[in-house]
Amino acid sequence: MADRDKPNHPTDPGREPDAKAELGEKSGKGFSRRQFIKGSGLAVGAGVLANEGLLKAAGIEVAPGVSGPGVVPVRLKINGREHSLRLQPRVTLLDALRNHLDLTGAKKVCDRATCGACTVILDGRPVYACTVLAIEAQGHAIETIEGIAPAHKLHPVSQSFVDNDAQQCGFCTSGFVMAVKSYLDHHPHPTYDEAKAALNGNLCRCGTYMGIRRAVLEAATKEKGGRV
Amino acid sequence: MANIAWPPASKRGLIGKSISRIDGPEKASGRAKYTYDQNPASLLVAKMLTSPYAHAKITALDTSAAERMPGVRAVYVFNGVGKEVNWEGHEIVAVAADTEELAEDAVRRIRVEYQQLPYFVDDADLAQAAKDGRARQLGAETSGDPSTGFQQAEVTSEGDYGIPVITHCCLESHGSVAQWQGDKLNVWISTQNVSGSAGEYAQSPELNVPASNVNVDCQVMGGGFGSKFGVDTWGLAAAALAKKAGRPVKLMLERKEELLMAGSRPSLRGKIRVGAKRDGTLVAWDSDSWGTGGMSVVGIHGLLPYIFRGIPNRGSRYTAVRTNTGPARAWRAPNHPQACFLTMAALDDLAAKLGMDPLDFFVKNLPLAGERAALYQEELQKAAELMDWKAKWHPRGDKAPGPTKRGVGLSIHTWGGLGHDSYCRTTIHPDGSVEVATGSQDLGTGTRTVINIVAAETLGLPLDGVRVEIGDNKYPPDGASGGSTTVGGVSSSTRVSATNALNELLAKVAPGLGTTPDKLEAVGGKVQVIGDPSKAISWKKACARLGTTPIVAMGQRNMSLISSGVGGAQMAEVSVDVETGVVRMEKMVAVQDCGLIIDVKTAMSQVYGACIMGTCYALHEEKIMDQQTGTCLNPNMEFYKLSGLDDVGDIVVHMMTDSAIESRGVIGLGEPPVISPGAAIANAVANAIGVRVPDLPMTPGRVLDALGKGEKA
Repeated sequence: MADRDKPNHPTDPGREPDAKAELGEKSGKGFSRRQFIKGSGLAVGAGVLANEGLLKAAGIEVAPGVSGPGVVPVRLKINGREHSLRLQPRVTLLDALRNHLDLTGAKKVCDRATCGACTVILDGRPVYACTVLAIEAQGHAIETIEGIAPAHKLHPVSQSFVDNDAQQCGFCTSGFVMAVKSYLDHHPHPTYDEAKAALNGNLCRCGTYMGIRRAVLEAATKEKGGRV
Repeated sequence: MANIAWPPASKRGLIGKSISRIDGPEKASGRAKYTYDQNPASLLVAKMLTSPYAHAKITALDTSAAERMPGVRAVYVFNGVGKEVNWEGHEIVAVAADTEELAEDAVRRIRVEYQQLPYFVDDADLAQAAKDGRARQLGAETSGDPSTGFQQAEVTSEGDYGIPVITHCCLESHGSVAQWQGDKLNVWISTQNVSGSAGEYAQSPELNVPASNVNVDCQVMGGGFGSKFGVDTWGLAAAALAKKAGRPVKLMLERKEELLMAGSRPSLRGKIRVGAKRDGTLVAWDSDSWGTGGMSVVGIHGLLPYIFRGIPNRGSRYTAVRTNTGPARAWRAPNHPQACFLTMAALDDLAAKLGMDPLDFFVKNLPLAGERAALYQEELQKAAELMDWKAKWHPRGDKAPGPTKRGVGLSIHTWGGLGHDSYCRTTIHPDGSVEVATGSQDLGTGTRTVINIVAAETLGLPLDGVRVEIGDNKYPPDGASGGSTTVGGVSSSTRVSATNALNELLAKVAPGLGTTPDKLEAVGGKVQVIGDPSKAISWKKACARLGTTPIVAMGQRNMSLISSGVGGAQMAEVSVDVETGVVRMEKMVAVQDCGLIIDVKTAMSQVYGACIMGTCYALHEEKIMDQQTGTCLNPNMEFYKLSGLDDVGDIVVHMMTDSAIESRGVIGLGEPPVISPGAAIANAVANAIGVRVPDLPMTPGRVLDALGKGEKA
């Protein structure tokens, strides 16, 4: 589980300051996205499969003699609720949410930890769910967009997105809302420039960044008066 | 009687105001269900095998190992033995299985043998294309006498310019979920063409389903930009797999497939010569241009020079080049961004050679820009004011010390609009509730909101007094959303339909109010004698007079409410680090007219978004093809780059909205503002660093190359 101590999302508060180097390439310095492409995630998975001890160390119950590639029991704590699933160890957290729990707010777009449409919050920190294996996410508190506000209500960040038209097609929006929420949880009083720099880990194709920038600042202001 | 004409500004309660999109809460809470999110019971997932080669003949195909795998439910062959595949990503087989992972495993078990065939993917190499018989001149155009024109010219500028193939890169990839219920087919499909899709399924002999048995659903969709008009081979495959398996099937393209085969914008490259008198008056133009749209022969002939069609002596020739790359599809403002970039860059280079401020140069030549010359001038002046152009412009090459150079550039553009054919149905129920239905789609532009605003305004109701139903082909048909035609179509059909329904209601209510329908209006949730709120009844009471039968009234697109043809001016300010070659868009100003604006908020978002999308193709986007292997080097989002939130500067949008412009009626806005950014940003870069970066996107490498060549020159 050591990997979970490293940030996999540029908005993660634990990342090193972004030097914005690499000739204008978008990067979280000290932690390349390329290190976290799905391939490496699968490699971790394979290692885990081969080692029942690791699984046990990670708190995963393993039937005697069974360690994949077939389904294994997986317990996920999502939005405060425990879910017991049976998944192949290679299933990502994103696919577990979408395909096995019908939690479809998070989207798969790039599938390579680049675009952020799959952003969820793990133990209070934003992660790209497309590059976290479901088995890795066990024992951690997982928060998805479905869990940040009661039914029929909007989280202040979502409300700010609506009010500032920070969305068009809306396909990137769930991921952005989660990245913004996580950011504001850790940085409740950002400046405009700080917010801009911190939210470079999510991409939008329609070009809604102007609205998102306004939404972040407005949500920050509103949240000072209390959260949902 | 209510009249269909748009209400005057003084009487508008909703139209022209800034209103939040009505599906915003669903989207911002993650509750909106896209095609990709549909998970009907016992769903299968399909994955595709596509060609790894640019051009090959399939000599053997064995799917038996895949079919034997437990959990694999159906296989569909797009292109079998003997067929040719003509680009990397060309579809071969799709497999439906119980899970996504299993479908991927099954695809890996399929054995295909290929006979590789000659291919060509490097569209920049016109000479090779000609040698291979892949270049075809689509037309030549001459006006006046170009050779005399260049003799008259006192200053001539010549340059090569290029804009590459880019992709649509919709965040929701192309795809559908197909489900059979007996002989009825239900599909959820991410489409720009809800009403037009059933007919495509009906044409498939394999599916053997009449259009009347096909239900198409698309409540929200994750981006199209011109690439999602058809159901596509993979849409038909999903329906065929579902039929074979007897279970619903979801087939969404993988990101790589999306970038390889689901839409690209044609390239445009060319050598341009342009001449002017010393005072800046344009007298001559000559261009030899070419581009590729993949294997289909497409082109922009007739668009060069862009806008400045009145240059007295001009010649232009365009050649279409066929390459083994994924097919071209309409990309937001088809062909205009390319033609705009080549033209405005060439003119800006000439202005630099003349030693003129390009603003003065463009304004001086606006008489050659046709019917919208006066509007362009007004828009350029407004843009200059918002950019502080006169203070920021300097002759080419920022002389400020240090590695960061700043510059400004400009461009103008035009687009049509009008409205696609559209039918709308308004139902007023006896309890006062209202629904408005049309088989349209909301691509994220705000279509649903616009319909709501128009209907509510027409009926004198608040927004939530009307329920909008779109995204389903059971509603009256509405055209495909392309070419900025949607708002014209739906706003006029909605206006007519709601007016017709209202007039039926007024006729029922008038006797009870002791008057005639022509003396009544619906306003503020009441039906009242025009201008006399004392003689009124509430909307609810008025509708109660209907007894038990609702009013149902149709409306169709109406040309008196809409129009075509807009202009726009954009200015960009950039900073360029001449040591690293990194360009940053610091500020953009976009001044745009679009007739009568229904919703200012979503209209502004269209323009903001277009400036950002334009920044993406100016600085980052390129489908990079490798002639050595025939494959695409960046079919993913790490290397097919889009701008991030911190990569774009400030954007100032000014919508032209005087009464003369509003009197033209509604005109679409999706295309026009995305045309100029490439040209404006490229011209700003030339202004900053003193040399032209001839090809988009202006990557650090290309900027450093241009600087290097500039030093040698």
